[in-house]
Amino acid sequence: MSEGDESGDPTDGGTDLTADGDVDGSGGAAADEGDRFTPADRVDAVPPSGIRAFFEVAESREDVISLGVGEPDFTAPWPARSAAIESLERGRTSYTANRGKPKLRREIARHVRRYDLEYDPDEEVLVTTGASEAVDLAFRALVDPGDVVALPTPTYVSYEPGVTFAGGEPLAVPTYHEDDWSLTPEALLAAGADEADVLVLCYPNNPTGATMSRAELSAVADFCREYDLVVVSDEIYAALTYGDEHVSIATLPGMRERTVVVNGFSKAYAMTGLRLGYALAPPTASAAMTKVHQYAMLSAPTTAQHAAVAALRRCEDDVREMRREYDRRRRYLTTRLRELGLAVAEPRGAFYAFPRVAEVAPDGDDEAFAETLLEETGVAAVPGGAFGDGGAGHLRLSYATGMDELKEATRRLETFLAER
Amino acid sequence: MDDETRALLDALVADARESTEDIARQTGLPADEVDARLDDLEAAGVLRGYTAVVDWDRAEADRVAAIVEVNVELDRETAYEEIARRIAESPTVDSLRLVSGDYDFALDVSADTMQAVSRFVAEEVAPLPAVTRTVTHYVMETYKERGVVFDDRDEDDRLSVTP
Repeated sequence: MSEGDESGDPTDGGTDLTADGDVDGSGGAAADEGDRFTPADRVDAVPPSGIRAFFEVAESREDVISLGVGEPDFTAPWPARSAAIESLERGRTSYTANRGKPKLRREIARHVRRYDLEYDPDEEVLVTTGASEAVDLAFRALVDPGDVVALPTPTYVSYEPGVTFAGGEPLAVPTYHEDDWSLTPEALLAAGADEADVLVLCYPNNPTGATMSRAELSAVADFCREYDLVVVSDEIYAALTYGDEHVSIATLPGMRERTVVVNGFSKAYAMTGLRLGYALAPPTASAAMTKVHQYAMLSAPTTAQHAAVAALRRCEDDVREMRREYDRRRRYLTTRLRELGLAVAEPRGAFYAFPRVAEVAPDGDDEAFAETLLEETGVAAVPGGAFGDGGAGHLRLSYATGMDELKEATRRLETFLAER
Repeated sequence: MDDETRALLDALVADARESTEDIARQTGLPADEVDARLDDLEAAGVLRGYTAVVDWDRAEADRVAAIVEVNVELDRETAYEEIARRIAESPTVDSLRLVSGDYDFALDVSADTMQAVSRFVAEEVAPLPAVTRTVTHYVMETYKERGVVFDDRDEDDRLSVTP
């Protein structure tokens, strides 16, 4: 770690923004300051995230309404918080089993049956420090140097760096607004994913809000079986779908044995800061991931595991309430965006809308558009290109913010667009 | 109840001043359909009124609130409904509920002065033939009312932009 990493950077350590890789964005700054460190090539190879610049500008202003936040605006439900507190009061502060508390693994195995997923809590469930760690473990445990990992874009910003850190070769597979951001076998083939070893799915999707139907997933599953790809399926937003029920690709014929399912507590239970996720995988993959986990992390935070047991047992009503509120905001935001003349594919999951701004942005540049929007109106949104080339020309707007803020933000956006 | 109607009611409970257009955006219904459903819900007695949640302390207005427990003894001629109808007539009563447990009716009452509340209990409730006992609890502080927490909200300490 360079000295720059320790200089009070607000993103240091506590947030997924560290996926930016080069935390201060200056690349060779460390050398100028005289320390002897040179980042490893695979770390140096990862460019700063497009989100980084926005973070700095947005944080420097007082009047920002942020639609750029990828986490719930709700607090973790009280039973979960209470269980965490109680665990501390009772002195539950030691490591747990590497795989996680047996009680929690049993609860997870019970919980995921709602998605028709059956996993053995002793050999196929691994509790991790956030879903992010589960994804990272999957890459590090399953990807050999030079292995090709297909990443449908736009998608969550951490996958590509994670693949690079693991020594793999990321392969972008564009998905399109016109297809409602759904992944197709044709897109996979066109991008050369038939030569890939791993496919990463994220549905419901950050940043597009897209989900995949059973039929759409079946076509992708056929492709994976035909060309022998394994799948890392990040289903962290599974509980937040509007209309259609979530379908896991692992439930499709022949897919369970080649899929790692990732999920966690951050989104559905508003427990982002408690950093707790899990991976479901057949014994070989699960054992390999557990091996990496036990040397790197030993075990997920014990306090958070107690909270998670309570979340699974006692917080379903809270999840339902939060989902209903997100749904109300989702309808409002997408309707307003369309009224403002922006094309937006119907978001059917997560808490993002991903409108196209290419037609109203200078030179179709989403980053310049988002910058000007932030400067002139104080509305922070994330440029779509930050989520891979497939997202260029779009903005990610999060509706994990209050209705009053959504109304004000869209009002400012309306004025802004009228002046273009 | 369908999802759209439920969303319509959620929107109004969150903000009774919500405009028809904004309700339409939140529910996915056309604006004229929202108006029609509001009319139906009012006619059916589902929507009973639209009120504000006021923090009277912050408004620096004289306002005394109390919770009054009322025990009654029924006889052949007197039912709960008749007693309730009699008590509900008073404008001092904000809400009146028949409850299970140690007493029969729970009243939320409010008035400009403590004397007015006391007079209401002493002169309008206690003398009713069926009433056997009243217990008045004056409200000392309101922390939450109808879902609205009465404090300065915690700052949103989430980062402005995250992945």
